[in-house]
This record gives sequence, C-alpha cells and structure tokens, in this order.
Amino acid sequence: MAKGKVTFNDDACKGCELCVAVCPVKIIELNKEKINTKGYSPAQVTEQEKCIACGNCAIMCPDSVITVERL
Amino acid sequence: MTIVYEKSKGLTDTPFHYCPGCTHGVIHKLVAESLVELGVLDDAIGVAPVGCSVLAYNYFNCDMQEAAHGRAPAVATGIKRVHPDKVVFSYQGDGDLASIGTAEVVHAAHRGEKITTIFVNNAIYGMTGGQMAPTTLVGQKTTTSPFGRDEAHCGKPIRISEMLATIDGAKFVERVTVDTPANIRKAKKAIKRAFECQLKGEGFAIVEVLSTCPTNWGFTPLKALDWLRDNMIPYYPIGNFRDFGEGK
Amino acid sequence: MSKVLMKGNEAVGAAAIKAGCKYFFGYPITPSSEVPEYISRKLPEAGGVFLQAESEIAAINMVYGAGGAGARVMTASSSPGISLKQEGITYIAGAEIPCVIVNMMRGGPGLGSIQPSQADYYQSTRGGGNGDYRTLCYAPASIQELVDYVMLAFDKADYYRNPVLIAADGMIGQIMEAVEFKEPEPIELPPKDWATTGTGGKRKPVVVNSLYLLAEECQAHNKRLEEKYKIIEENEVRYEAFGLEDAEVVCVAYGTTSRIVKSAMKQAKAKGIKVGMIRPITLWPYPYDVYKQIGPNAKGILGVEMSQGQLLDDIKIGIAGRLPVFFNGTQGGMVPTPGSILADIEKIAGGTK
Repeated sequence: MAKGKVTFNDDACKGCELCVAVCPVKIIELNKEKINTKGYSPAQVTEQEKCIACGNCAIMCPDSVITVERL
Repeated sequence: MTIVYEKSKGLTDTPFHYCPGCTHGVIHKLVAESLVELGVLDDAIGVAPVGCSVLAYNYFNCDMQEAAHGRAPAVATGIKRVHPDKVVFSYQGDGDLASIGTAEVVHAAHRGEKITTIFVNNAIYGMTGGQMAPTTLVGQKTTTSPFGRDEAHCGKPIRISEMLATIDGAKFVERVTVDTPANIRKAKKAIKRAFECQLKGEGFAIVEVLSTCPTNWGFTPLKALDWLRDNMIPYYPIGNFRDFGEGK
Repeated sequence: MSKVLMKGNEAVGAAAIKAGCKYFFGYPITPSSEVPEYISRKLPEAGGVFLQAESEIAAINMVYGAGGAGARVMTASSSPGISLKQEGITYIAGAEIPCVIVNMMRGGPGLGSIQPSQADYYQSTRGGGNGDYRTLCYAPASIQELVDYVMLAFDKADYYRNPVLIAADGMIGQIMEAVEFKEPEPIELPPKDWATTGTGGKRKPVVVNSLYLLAEECQAHNKRLEEKYKIIEENEVRYEAFGLEDAEVVCVAYGTTSRIVKSAMKQAKAKGIKVGMIRPITLWPYPYDVYKQIGPNAKGILGVEMSQGQLLDDIKIGIAGRLPVFFNGTQGGMVPTPGSILADIEKIAGGTK
C-alpha cells in the first residue's frame, strides 16, 4: 500500500535526473516515450505503490517539478 | 492527505532559466521557503546579482532590486538603512561576491549590516561561459585557466567564510552544500538561521553554499554533484564559523 | 527670511536637509569632505541617516538601494570620486531612481590636483557611464544658487525619476557667503509606487532594474527614457543672459568663473566695449536657443572655463557657425584672472583675436 502520492509538472522538468538518483526506493525514471515543451524527457514515478513519501525527490528537484503527498 | 512537499509560495510562476540540474534552483527554493516559513515574505526585499542568477528578480515573490556586479551588499545596505524593519537579502555568485564585490561584502560585514547574504560558490563563472573564479580550485581547467589554475601564477582559491568569520560584525557565517537531500535540509536550517540573525537584529549573516555548474564543469548534473563532493568539500569545509557571535 | 554665513560644502548639507533628504552615503575626498562631515553631525539630528561608505562606488550603490526603496537620498564627491560613480549613475538612470549627486570639481585628469576646476563638463553633460542616458545638471555660481538648486534638485529628481547632478567648481564648496534658505515651492509629485518597500501582502512585488535582455524591450525602455529627456529639455533649461542684442563680444561661462568674467566685462564696458553674457545654469539641458538672441554687431564668442575648453562644443552647437568661438581658460586647479579675460575681450572686439 502506497504511503505517498507523487505528481510531476511535466513541462517544468529538465530531465536532470537528480530525483532519479535520490529516490531511496528507486521508483523514478525519465519517461523516454515523452518529450515536454522544453524538449526534455520528464521524470515520472513508475511504481507509485512503493512510494514512501520521503520527499527526497521533491527536495532535490531544482525546478519545483514534484509535489509529494502523504496518504 | 497531507502535503509533504510542494512548490513554495516564495517563488513566482516564472520557470527558472537555469541549466538542468543547476543547484541555483535548489538554493532559490531554500531562500523562498525560509522567508515563507518565518512569515516574512511580505516584508522581504531582495537584491539580485550579475551572474547566472541575474534574473532572480523574476523568481522571488517579493520586491527585488537588480544591482551592478558585486555591489549587492551596498545596495542592500541602502535599502536596509531606509527600511530597517524589512528583511533585506542579497543573492550572489562567486564573481559577484568573491571577485569584484569583495570590498562591498567585507564592509557590509564589518559594519554589521543587518542583511542576509546567500553566496553561491560553484568555483567558476557560469553566465559568461566558464571562466576562472577566485574560488576555482588549483588545477581546475576553465576557459581562462586552460592549463589548470596555477597556484604560482594566481594563487590558491579564496575561502570567503573563513575570512568573513574574522570580522566582528559578521554574526552568522556558515558554509553548506546542497549535494544530497540530507545536506539540503541542513542548508535550509542554516539559511533560516541566517534570516533569524537579521530578524533578531544581531548583525551581518552569510551562508556560503557549495554548488555545481554542470554545464561549465562539463559534467552531467549527477556527476557534477560527485565532483563537488570529491573536490570542493575537502578544500571548502562544511560547517558553522560564527553563530550569532559565538565563534568556532 | 534671515541670511546666514555658510561655507559652500556645509550649505549643501543644510539645503539637502531642508529639502527633506533623509539619507546620505558618501566618502571623503578633497575638496568635498566637509559635505559628509557637516551631514554626519546634522542629518541624524534631523532624523536622517548618515553612513560613510567604504568607497565612492559603494556610496553610489547605497544611493541606488535607498533611492530604489523610495527615499530622498544624496551623495557628494569630487571629480575622481565622481569618475568612480559613473557605473552607479548609469544604473540609476536606467532604473529611473531619483537621487542627487554633488560634484565639487577639482583639477584632473586622474588624481590631478585639489584646487578648483570645471574639467568635468563632458562627464557631467555627456555622461561618463555607458548607454543612452542624461542627467539634469545644475552649475551654481554662488552659495545662494548652490542652496537653491540643491533643494530644487530633490524635487526634480522625484518628479522625473532621474538622477540630478550639481556640478559645482571646487571654489563653491570652499568659499563662504550669505545665504537664505527659502521655503521650497510646493510641487505635486507622483507617488512612489514603483519603490521596493515590501509588498506587505497588499500588492504585487515590484522590481527596480535596468536590465532588459530582450532587445525589443530594451529599445522600448530607451524610447521611454528618450521621451522623458525631451520633456526635460523642453521644460528645465535655466540660464542668465544679458546684453546680447548689441554685443560686440559675448562671453559664455558658468560657476564662479562667470563672476570673474563679469568683473572683466565691467572693465571692458568702462573702455566702451559692448559685451554680453550667456551664463548657463543648467549645463544639461543646455540653453542653445538663447544664442539666437545674439545681435548683428557681435564679432565673436569667448568661452571661459577652468578646463581645456570642454564648454566650447555646446557653444558651437548654439551659435551654429554664425560667429567664431574663442577660449580663455586655466587648468589643473588654476583660476583665471579678469585681466587675461579682458585682454581677450579687447582682442575679439578689435578684430585681432
């Protein structure tokens, strides 16, 4: 059962992958199928149910792309 | 559902122009969040530098003034002397603070100006395309030190925090880094305390933030964080040098 | 209103305080140091703030900050220090921040000398900073004018949202004369809703700035500044002129030099020579139109200035080739004598210059 819900503002993402590196449960990756308005592949959560709502991804993100909620 | 993290109200809706993975974005968030959490966003007046963050006046959700290169602490002094009840801060890079503006920051500290200065140290000049900074490490290659910084030619990098901590009016001096979420949380504590230093009327406060420049260092954002850890932290030790007048 | 005997530099401070200036940032430099010295004693008494900055550069940037935050603010210096302020002045002009800058001009170039000079005319009227900008510039010829124009400068600065320069030759700062501090003319000034005073949660944030990265926006900003400067040119020209209609020789001079010229003119008149004078009080905007009043008997114009002749360009623009233009001047802090000026007046009148 997911502890947290993560939403990404896709068009604000610059694909820097800092969030990917700091997620302790490794559920973030770039969505290579998508290109946002800036031309980047935005980050996304692949297995939402594993999210522990630690907030690391959002804290690390330089562009305030990520909103994290605790369920 | 409770919000664990969302974009700060201390930032405007304008998207940051910074490079992917540039830690300016992280540091902007920490300043914005600190102002909001201390309840002083509406009383804040910031001074933007010349450098990559020259457009900071578009990003912080408070009154802002754009200063000439290096002059932000003098501009902030003028503002604070007119509005002593407002929260005045300057946000500066290594060219702005450690090169052209060193006199201004030293004297603001010397006078104990009740302002808060955020110093972004990424050991290079970002905006102008990667030239050497006074904070560039020995051996580090930049566009104006193409063979690596040579100590015999132009000295070793300058340690601003240690230098300012010798000045009596500098009541809060701390060096932090933003390379991991844990360090980002610590950096935010320091930035908040630096604003509290102003709110309590103690004196000059500065937080030196070790930061990355992926583009001009020639690394991916993630590798840049590694380079910071491996090369900058050994030379620029993390820690507090002055905490409201108590020295180390 | 009673008169009081005051030294020029101190009168600057007294006038500023009377005009409601509440903030002064400056740095000592001969021959202007008595300005910060006087103000450091008197401004705090008047509820204002005096701060000695670490340099003229820091001082002008403190002026930028304070003026940008809505305050009436001033700095004062002398030629080499005003050189240091050029960056700050162009930023202030670009960001449209009101402020008053006083220059007690001394010999140059470089470190020069400490005695009076007028060799900052180019710097004052053309601007030593980068870009297209203008600063309203007053050249007082007496302590009374110094006091009157320092006070007026604050109103004009606020009205136009522009820096205003007082270009006083170094003598003005050092001599003592009787002055009276008149009540300022009431003037309607727009509210400073552009100033950074903290939003208080009641309004959107404001930005005080001179950077416009999009060239189209930078041009639009330049056009706005251009319009403002046109309005200043149409409304703010000040000068003294007399004897132009039947003059054989017209003298052009400003500041204390103009008083030396007047002595020479008296002696010339006693010898039967008809001499007229144009004394610009605003160096910018310049009284070009008054040159049209020079009558058909004129044989030449004599510009007199403590410089190598910086005022001559504007004279030549004013007279538009109609008459020859001559120069009498001293440099490096030397002051001209009436005798030498009289000799040149005689030569021009006699057609031998």
